[in-house]
Amino acid sequence: MGVITLSVNGAAVAVPSGATLLAACRSAGIALPTLCYLEGLSPVGACRLCLVELEGAGRPLAACVSEAAEGMVLRTDTPQLVNFRRMGVELFFAEGNHVCAICVANGCCELQDVAVAVGMDHSRFPYRYPQRSVDASHPLFSLDPNRCILCTRCVRACDELEGAHVWDVAERGSHCRIVAGLDQPWAEVEACTSCGQCVDACPTGALFRKDDTNVTSHPQRQRAALLQEARQRHSWRNQGPPPP
Amino acid sequence: MSRTVVIDPVTRLEGHARITLQLDADGHLVEARFHVVEYRGFEKFCEGRPFTEMAAITARICGICPVSHLLAAAKTGDKLLAVRIPPAAAKLRRLLNLAQISQSHALSFFHLSSPDFLLGWDSDPAKRNLFGLMATDPDLARAGIRLRQFGQQIIELLGGRKIHSTWAVPGGVRSPLAPAAKIWIQERLPEAKATVSLALGIYKRLLDGPLQREQRSFGNFPSLFMGLVGPEGHWEHLEGWDGGEARGPGGAGGSGAAGGHGGLRIRAADGSLVADGLREDDYASFLAEAVEPWSYLKFPYYRSLGYPEGIYRVGPLARLNVCDRIGSPWADAELVELRQRCGPVATSSFAYHHARLVEIVACLEGIELLLQDPELEDPHVRARASLNRREAVGVSEAPRGTLFHHYRVDDNGLITRVNLIIATGQNNLAMNRTVLQIAREFIPDPVPAGMEIPEPLLNRLEAGIRCFDPCLSCSTHAAGSMPLDLELLAADGTLLAQRRRGA
Repeated sequence: MGVITLSVNGAAVAVPSGATLLAACRSAGIALPTLCYLEGLSPVGACRLCLVELEGAGRPLAACVSEAAEGMVLRTDTPQLVNFRRMGVELFFAEGNHVCAICVANGCCELQDVAVAVGMDHSRFPYRYPQRSVDASHPLFSLDPNRCILCTRCVRACDELEGAHVWDVAERGSHCRIVAGLDQPWAEVEACTSCGQCVDACPTGALFRKDDTNVTSHPQRQRAALLQEARQRHSWRNQGPPPP
Repeated sequence: MSRTVVIDPVTRLEGHARITLQLDADGHLVEARFHVVEYRGFEKFCEGRPFTEMAAITARICGICPVSHLLAAAKTGDKLLAVRIPPAAAKLRRLLNLAQISQSHALSFFHLSSPDFLLGWDSDPAKRNLFGLMATDPDLARAGIRLRQFGQQIIELLGGRKIHSTWAVPGGVRSPLAPAAKIWIQERLPEAKATVSLALGIYKRLLDGPLQREQRSFGNFPSLFMGLVGPEGHWEHLEGWDGGEARGPGGAGGSGAAGGHGGLRIRAADGSLVADGLREDDYASFLAEAVEPWSYLKFPYYRSLGYPEGIYRVGPLARLNVCDRIGSPWADAELVELRQRCGPVATSSFAYHHARLVEIVACLEGIELLLQDPELEDPHVRARASLNRREAVGVSEAPRGTLFHHYRVDDNGLITRVNLIIATGQNNLAMNRTVLQIAREFIPDPVPAGMEIPEPLLNRLEAGIRCFDPCLSCSTHAAGSMPLDLELLAADGTLLAQRRRGA
């Protein structure tokens, strides 16, 4: 396995060939914010929070889906990137109905954490207040699309880990939404094994256990990585970050 | 020409309101109205939400008494699950509510109302507040603040935070009592008792002296009183009618007071029982809500007497009026003294202040008793079940009176209809009558044309409202700070005088 050397914010970084720019930045100790990215699932570049500037490229790149190459010169902290990230987070809030005070994920929500990290104290965009209905048909879990940011972690977790492929993205643009089966009530989708991996992967309170009430949601977001590791290495652990 | 006096905003309340006095052409008072000018709409925007969220959502109605909504919502949730919650959970909820009533009553008495009695109705309005009290009697002010802190701290020890805790859930509570919390409460109880003893002493001396006219004229009229009572007819603050599952619906009767099942009791001013053992589930059969175009606050009334003859009062005074006894020695002795002063049924709204102090005693004794119960520390505090009913009514006694939460849900537990009946709303008719009575007592009749009504008189009108310690944010489920306005209106509606105080 070859080694690639590149520069991130002026510091030289060495990563294995095939590594992503996100891995390169993180190995340099730079905490790029991410929402759609989850260790253990394939990356999709949906949230656009991990944008970096590559010298010579005409536009910012999503670091989670861009491969590192020898001699790249990256910047992660330009005023433009800082502004883009904050705008992105503001748009997430303006687009849905995110009411932290009464949310099951309050205090353990990645969207909330990212908002703090990018310094968002209000949204410069008008809130859209979309009308969306909760799907509480499943006996164990509920989907509240008001809190969904369309990261598609649930889609990928169900497809890649459980192999059930219950979730999909329907429609386009501002009508985009997560649907179960063929846009059915969740309880009617026979493919669902009720494994709960979509719930564990959700970065917000969009997918939650019915037993959860406010501030009791304790998602196991590291589970996707642990399951992938178990599958590939036949080594089973139940906690902690995966070994290098 | 007739005119209207307006007090706008009314101060030292929780919410935003206005008082108007309508004069006729000769300057005679024809009407006094208490307007609540906030609007929110919780009942509407809760539709579509899972019922498990209702405790967290409705607690946000109010920053003073979120615990009341939390408990009413959790109890409604218990009924939707059709579970009987573990005994430790029931006791911990009682502990939470006693702490809540203590802190809210301490706030009402020390922070909001005592400046009127202790500094005087005629004192400088700029200093007639808690800060003025701190300057005049720092020890008393500090003791009052610490009494409120005692209640608030218990709420935090149980629920993780003082305001908007979401610790009570359908089926019980989230976590058992921590041993350290129990020790803290035990250590602070003697100081809390000493403070309320001090306040009772001061207040009774004032009642015997300078407050006699207020006691006589502040909303002193016959009306019905409603509150929860326990199975033996004693003072109750949380449990509603309990007939057990086996009795089934409609099964009132049996032996003992209230049929031995507790529930709601309604007593008339002459002491007679109008109704007893009422089930909260049936509230719509005995209560109705009227609406007036000049206020966002509804006017609930006792259905069989009609509107507005069905006027009834809830809250500390009503709870003491409806119960046979409290059930703990010091509080019972204080209740006897209150009844000696005011008669078996106290009809002056000014007695709400006295009742609040007696209830703090009852709460502190109740807390002490609960802490001696070994079952309080049982770690099993939550019953789990899925949705088993489609409709439920939960009741609790908030500091300000009886609180109803009524939910209907669909097959998946999503809310389809919410009705909240709030204590302050149930006192609305009484507050309006109180304002009119105080205006008749203290405002010259007729008001000479062009006469400026002196501030101390206007302050008494506000104080009449403060007797009820209204929580307007709760009662309209409304937003905003709570100053109060007073307006003097002519017969044709022209504004003749206005007093407005900032929040």
